[in-house]
Amino acid sequence: MITAIIILSIIGLVSASLLYIISRKFHVEEDPRIDEIESILPGANCGGCGYAGCRNFAEQCVKATSLDSLLCPVGGNEVMKKIAPVLGLEAVEQAPRIAVVRCNGTCENRPCTSHYEGAHSCAVVAALYTGESNCNYGCLGEGDCAAACDFGGITMDPVTRLPRINPDICIACGSCVKACPRNIIELRRKQETRIYVACNNKDKGAIARKACSVACIGCGKCAKNCPNGAITLTDNLAYIDDSLCLLCKECVEGCPTHAIRIDTIDNPSVLTEEKESALC
Amino acid sequence: MLKTFRIGGIHPKENKLTAQCPVTMVDIPRQVSLMLNQHIGAPAKCIVKKGDLVKVGTLVAEAGGFVSANIHSPVSGTVSKVDQAANAFGVCTPTIVIDTNGDEWEESIDRSTELNETIELSPEEIIQKITQSGIVGLGGATFPTHVKLMPPKEFKPTVLIINATECEPYLTDDHALMLESPEQILVGCRILMKSIGVNHAYIGIENNKKDAIALLEQMAKKYPGIEIVALRTRYPQGGEKQLIDAILHKQVANGALPVSTGAIVQNVGTAFAVYEAVQKNKPLVDRIVTVTGDGIARPGNYRVRLGMPIRELIEVAGGLPSDTSKVILGGPMMGKAISNLDAPIPKGCSGILILNEGHAHRGTPSPCIRCGKCVSVCPMGLEPYLLAKLSENHLFEKAEKESITACLECGCCAYSCPSNRPILDYIRIGKNAVNQIIRSRKQS
Repeated sequence: MITAIIILSIIGLVSASLLYIISRKFHVEEDPRIDEIESILPGANCGGCGYAGCRNFAEQCVKATSLDSLLCPVGGNEVMKKIAPVLGLEAVEQAPRIAVVRCNGTCENRPCTSHYEGAHSCAVVAALYTGESNCNYGCLGEGDCAAACDFGGITMDPVTRLPRINPDICIACGSCVKACPRNIIELRRKQETRIYVACNNKDKGAIARKACSVACIGCGKCAKNCPNGAITLTDNLAYIDDSLCLLCKECVEGCPTHAIRIDTIDNPSVLTEEKESALC
Repeated sequence: MLKTFRIGGIHPKENKLTAQCPVTMVDIPRQVSLMLNQHIGAPAKCIVKKGDLVKVGTLVAEAGGFVSANIHSPVSGTVSKVDQAANAFGVCTPTIVIDTNGDEWEESIDRSTELNETIELSPEEIIQKITQSGIVGLGGATFPTHVKLMPPKEFKPTVLIINATECEPYLTDDHALMLESPEQILVGCRILMKSIGVNHAYIGIENNKKDAIALLEQMAKKYPGIEIVALRTRYPQGGEKQLIDAILHKQVANGALPVSTGAIVQNVGTAFAVYEAVQKNKPLVDRIVTVTGDGIARPGNYRVRLGMPIRELIEVAGGLPSDTSKVILGGPMMGKAISNLDAPIPKGCSGILILNEGHAHRGTPSPCIRCGKCVSVCPMGLEPYLLAKLSENHLFEKAEKESITACLECGCCAYSCPSNRPILDYIRIGKNAVNQIIRSRKQS
């Protein structure tokens, strides 16, 4: 009994001193601010900042000479304001952003021309064919974006089969943008009213319109009417620059196919009207 | 004991409904559409414009690179449009549309049916002729034939293998061609042998085509160096690597070119097209397409002008039955279901398979039960269940280590899965992603 206690104590002592010596010998000098910043960060490890997890972001912050290009999308400006004094830098207020779905191809607007029954993944559908409708650019409805969202901010609407983004949850980390094989989701400024072209179809007007009744046909009317020159037209598709948009709604009213949409805070995703009948 | 490949494989129900149907000529379509990217490699470059008059065999688009192919007009008439049009999968692709008027052929084309056995051209001239004629692998892969005939210098071809296995269920276009034009095929084979400088060729035919084997064996006596090999019916024997293994008992290493074993493999339809190009000066403007399926009124093997709308060819075969649920371009194993019947027939279309409600649907997927069937049937010796799972979870680096790029997408795994898991769907996206990673690694 006593021998056992003595032997174990000796092993304990030897190990402890070994550990102590090794920890002194191989001590790595690290900026203590990294730990401090990491403790401020939300710890979501989503990668939305563009770095591999929160610790890597903290390291980048310590290295940086200004916080211009660094933003934790989860914590937003508040967290950046807490980080700035640790580093003795000025926090740069950055406009919060939100993901928007640039497609309004509901079953009514975009008739189904085929039925898909393979693996439920947009990436698989995109590699096979144009999808259940004739639109080469629209949402495929299999929910790769919803699966990619770490925060549960995207749900697939069972009626429209389009993704719905919850503005209270979305922190604009961008994982849905990367997951979408059709590049439909875009991060835009999170304003109370958001105006954007809810279409991604780059085909010529006639082809686009044939596939979907609310497609952007590239007529350019919005670009002509915009008082602030916020709208540009490339590849038969209009694009509204949110930093220039004055929210005058001139384009929304003028769009012949109603491809331009307004999202408001009360009406987070105008895409769905609560209909019980499943159309697709 | 008949030869076959050594790893994996399956024997699905053959369903060769049209095996005894002779080749039927189809009327010239009123309009044809020629997609510029109907082959593997760079898309062809259009060299005609709206309003141009063309004849049968006029070059309308020239190869857009070394791995690319010329495209010739399959009809005579006027170019009515050069624009984007939806292909069979609904995807918009640049297309030349020609309105037919009469049937006037280019003067240089010899339209006589006499057999011309004397090969006058030198190997270089043969390859040049094949390049000019826009011939691609007609088994379905549509890889430009001339590229295969010019292997990298470090490889010396020693043998030619003609792939006449037609291992896909339902399809019989190669079978019909062998019964119709055996001598032309053998001359085509001699031409290919001369072009790559080999003295020996095998024609591999599966044993479910006994009449074709007997006929070719009899004819081949006149042509020294050509040996007909009867193979055990087994899918995917028509895969290049599987066929080399079956006939030569040599394995192609992962990532290596098939020519590293000394063999160059060409499809039997390609050999016929080579005969027509070299001996008759006729570019690739038509091909045999099997139209088949259980409810079809007139299933058969039809010789059609390329670019004819799929819908019109189905009409020729008696129209779509009312219970049609799926139309597949190609065979049931490797073919793809299509969503646009107005799309044109491309060079690589060996068959149109029409499935009714009872046959068209996939089963509901349930969890993997680790039975290992997919592993035992995989002809490349891969672990399909694992590759599918890795791809589904975006673990592409691990998938690369598990040799996902060796997958030939034959579908044996999904076919034999008792849980109906969409194994191949996920492997395909994983394979694409890994190929992209490899490409970007090479660039940087």
